[in-house]
Amino acid sequence: MLKKMEKLNRLPIVTFVLLIALVSPAFAVTADENAASIEEVKTTLTFMWLLLASGLVFFMHAGFSLVETGLTRSKNTANILMKNFMTVVLGILVYWAVGWGIMYGADVAGIIGTNQFFLAGADNAIWNSWFFQMVFAATGATIVSGAMAERTNFKAYLVYCVMMVAVIYPIYGHWVWSGADMALLSGADSPIVKAIGVASHDFAGSGVVHSIGGYSALAGVLLVGSRIGRFKDGKPIPIPGHNLTITFLGTLILALGWLGFNGGSTLNANDPYMNLVVVNTFLAGAAGALTVMIITWIKTGKPDPSLTANGLLGGLVAVTAPCGSISNWAALAIGLVAGIIIYAGVMFNENKLKLDDPVGAIAVHGYCGSWGLISVGLFSIGIGNGILADASYAAQVPGLFYGGGISLLLIQLVSVLVTMVWGFGLSYIIFKILDAVIGLRVSEEEEIAGLDISEHGIRAYPEYLMRED
Amino acid sequence: MTKMYKIEAIIKPHKLSEVKDALEEAGYPSLTVTDVKGRGQQKGIVQQWRGKKYCVDLLPKTKIEIAAPENKIEEIMKIIQSAAYTGEIGDGKIFVIPVETVVRIRTGEQNGDAL
Repeated sequence: MLKKMEKLNRLPIVTFVLLIALVSPAFAVTADENAASIEEVKTTLTFMWLLLASGLVFFMHAGFSLVETGLTRSKNTANILMKNFMTVVLGILVYWAVGWGIMYGADVAGIIGTNQFFLAGADNAIWNSWFFQMVFAATGATIVSGAMAERTNFKAYLVYCVMMVAVIYPIYGHWVWSGADMALLSGADSPIVKAIGVASHDFAGSGVVHSIGGYSALAGVLLVGSRIGRFKDGKPIPIPGHNLTITFLGTLILALGWLGFNGGSTLNANDPYMNLVVVNTFLAGAAGALTVMIITWIKTGKPDPSLTANGLLGGLVAVTAPCGSISNWAALAIGLVAGIIIYAGVMFNENKLKLDDPVGAIAVHGYCGSWGLISVGLFSIGIGNGILADASYAAQVPGLFYGGGISLLLIQLVSVLVTMVWGFGLSYIIFKILDAVIGLRVSEEEEIAGLDISEHGIRAYPEYLMRED
Repeated sequence: MTKMYKIEAIIKPHKLSEVKDALEEAGYPSLTVTDVKGRGQQKGIVQQWRGKKYCVDLLPKTKIEIAAPENKIEEIMKIIQSAAYTGEIGDGKIFVIPVETVVRIRTGEQNGDAL
């Protein structure tokens, strides 16, 4: 019975094949045409994947908004939401007008791009790349907004945000990602690369996005000062945030976004290592969160929720540079160390530097970003070796732990230094100017009343009585 | 004329519904409830935020206010005390305060008639 069914089933197929055989000469394709069609499909796949990945990264702005809102007090909610929201809005416009051209326009001396402003002369491929790069650019400014939350003048932040997307981020990005021969940190003809002998590697932006954002945040926090009541006689006094529910939702949204952030940074939907990138990304995030939970449990007697959430982000930030160049085990180690850095970094900022960073952005993005860059120099397998036999986008040579010597580590350390000098230094100057011209900080009365009322004339939760302590 | 009193009880917030139900069962449905903050001799509790301990020195409490004539006071106090009891620190206090006049706004009735 079954066999008979099979025979019957085959009948139409046989007919179809015969039919094709009869008419096929009309459709004959050469091997070249076939290859061309396959290339077209591959290109389309890449376009589609990058649009999807961009969407995931775009959604990270929702994650940032929620994390920052939850870790701060209810009286500043509308202000934080507006800052994150306007970062996206300005990011789109400014990166279209200026940022892209500076980052990816025609190179001058390996320092800066000089054309394609307003996307002049763009084609399908450039529009596609622009969208993916744009959603990254706005992230840098958003990092700063959280660190300076609850006391920063809204107008000053908006101007800073424009500067970040127009100048700070794209110029450093040009040095690493422009692909120019002279590009300061990655081009084959750059004097730095020539001197050390190998190009720096930052897969998806531990340095370009996170360190730059983190060290800019450090400059901002230093200049804007601590929130009223944050330190008493030099001793830190906790100011609890008002909603851990949205902080955790935001953290998970950010983690989801990292699928696009790192996965998309293959810039090629056909890259055979895209899945390695994704697995490494999430392994490091998980290792970071687990590490912080254990540390806080031991140190304080109770596992701390918001620091544990920071731990996940710290692991994700750190693995962003090495994720395409390392094994799963290395990703775990990188995440674990990132967790230690989160706890130690947050405590160091608070207890030693007396810095008030309500959301832990400096430790998460600055310190863990630097660790990510350094970890490339330690754990890189090297293109053509082991599991990276067919890799095209990874760190060129093995790192210190894989017998590659110290040259990769050295250029990665140079990158760390450059992110600190550039991110911190330039932002410091910009914030100084903004402080003189606009005023970086709101008045004491405005801060006490809350930025929702003083900056926007509204309460985020008008119908609820929120506890103010 | 019977003397009137106001009972002010500060209790643990999660005990409110037990106290309310016990009072209603005994025939005292009328009361005013307010969320308040306060502390007793122990001066609050220690909480934790981002790895740092801090003292919450004013704790959330619930205040119940009931007006009643003299002969009911003892019973109401007993009901509240037994319903709000946990035996732990922070169970609260009951205050009894004399009231001079009571007026029912709708009818203008006064004192005993207004309760």
